[in-house]
Amino acid sequence: MTAQAVPATAATLDAVALRADFPTLRRTINGRPLVYLDNAATSQKPQVVIDRMHRFYTEEYSTVRRSIHLLSAEATRAYEATRRTAAQLLNAPETRQIIFTKGTTEGINLVAHGYGRKFVGEGDEIIISATEHHANIVPWQMLCEEKGARLRVIPVDDRGELILEAYEKLLTDRTKLVAVGHVSNALGTIHPVEEIIRLAHAHGVPVLVDGAQAAPHMPVDVQALDCDFYVFSGHKACGPTGVGVLYGKAAWLERMNPFLGGGDMIESVTFEKTTYAPIPHKFEAGTPPIAEVIGLGTALEYLRNIGLEAIAAYEHELLEQATARLSAIPGVRIIGTARRKAAIVSFVVDGIHPHDIGTLLDQEGVAIRAGHHCAQPVMARYGVPATARASFAFYNLPSEIEALGAAIEKAIAVFAV
Amino acid sequence: MSNKSLYGEQIIYLSKHPKNFRPIENADYKCEGANPLCGDRVTVYVKVGDDETLEDVAFQGSGCAICMASASMMTTSVKGKKRAEAEQLFDEFHRLVKGELDPAREEHHLGKLTMFENVSHYPVRVKCASLPWHALRNALENKGVASTE
Repeated sequence: MTAQAVPATAATLDAVALRADFPTLRRTINGRPLVYLDNAATSQKPQVVIDRMHRFYTEEYSTVRRSIHLLSAEATRAYEATRRTAAQLLNAPETRQIIFTKGTTEGINLVAHGYGRKFVGEGDEIIISATEHHANIVPWQMLCEEKGARLRVIPVDDRGELILEAYEKLLTDRTKLVAVGHVSNALGTIHPVEEIIRLAHAHGVPVLVDGAQAAPHMPVDVQALDCDFYVFSGHKACGPTGVGVLYGKAAWLERMNPFLGGGDMIESVTFEKTTYAPIPHKFEAGTPPIAEVIGLGTALEYLRNIGLEAIAAYEHELLEQATARLSAIPGVRIIGTARRKAAIVSFVVDGIHPHDIGTLLDQEGVAIRAGHHCAQPVMARYGVPATARASFAFYNLPSEIEALGAAIEKAIAVFAV
Repeated sequence: MSNKSLYGEQIIYLSKHPKNFRPIENADYKCEGANPLCGDRVTVYVKVGDDETLEDVAFQGSGCAICMASASMMTTSVKGKKRAEAEQLFDEFHRLVKGELDPAREEHHLGKLTMFENVSHYPVRVKCASLPWHALRNALENKGVASTE
């Protein structure tokens, strides 16, 4: 592993050296070096994560918790080590407040079931924001439909910033939960979650923060935020797919209903009654994705060794360079120009559908996302069916921004018939 | 494969200047086709004569260049054909864009529609090319909204 602890400045992050850790980045696409700018969808994996999972499967494989032999004890130790790493990364007060999920979507669904079905009733309200992706809309809609509750939406302005004055008016005695993204995957906006949480707590309302686009890109301190729940996915954080993290305040987790019933989440079972295991195991039914959890631990250590502050600073420089490069191309319009943004640039090009942009860029080896980014209400807000989106990670280079800009210019030329 | 092989000049031209891009008043059949994953949306209108001839076919909507050009070419290709002939053309076109019909080796009735042959090299774009055709078929079968998802 080449990652070393570095001071929190962009200049000291050696992206060229770090790229050597990612085998996929050595690929060529259509004879050109891969320029991978689809990191908001999923990140590439460093060799250390691949090796760690390979080693687990080849030398250490066993189940966790339930067996008494040595292999199982070792697997359990490695599995639980990831819980500690995740707790440290988020600055959670206790490791039992970290629950492994399948990812952000399952984390949100877990809270919708565990908290929502117990504490939300008819006439109650749940607040989300206008920039949410479907994972932070649909579970709440399903809950509202079941309970006769109502979904309220914080509006967003033309820049892509949430309108906090409107949010304050939405908070009432009927509000039972606020669920908001830390960073918008469609616009890149960094939401003012500190203020959102403060205002919600003033009304006694808990807050879930969807950190899918934040946790891998900036320091997150759940104690400083004082959020009640925080979720993120492993696969966007250099880790494997099929695994994610839910942080919850112990006081809530202990009062919540279990999500899934089955093995390992019980304390005792008779045909008359089941009592549940203490947290976090109450929420981890069945054999978990053991290799993936262990791989996630390696990924989170890898990010921590680079330093989330250094990553945030470096990616911010990439954002500024990309914004300047794309803004200078006639016909390109950036959707989402919030003052606080993560390194995500969503854009449309006059006269060319985003899917055509995506295909033409792919011909140049530039991988971006084109579509509605699982955030159709955001697209409707800006009057576009879809956007093209370039999203950056710490292993991207300024030269790749130039490749992106040149590929867009070439696409425009192809369509200038 | 070069850009031009998918985005030939004719495809780009038709996407910008589609033919039969209009509604049909008193259409006998009408169907909206939608691709929820990419946002493409086309409404196909058909007027059918007494002898089952598609007397007029038109469309409206928005989508990517492949979808728009395909819709344009579809309207001009099936207009004047019998319903059964249009269905056969859809079958051949669908096989063409999926890479299951080699226009150089197999007998077909595709004509200029063979310009979409290279779509078969882009599996994720097959649904863009076929969406208007699904809408046409659903329109003729009175099936309501068509989707390629």
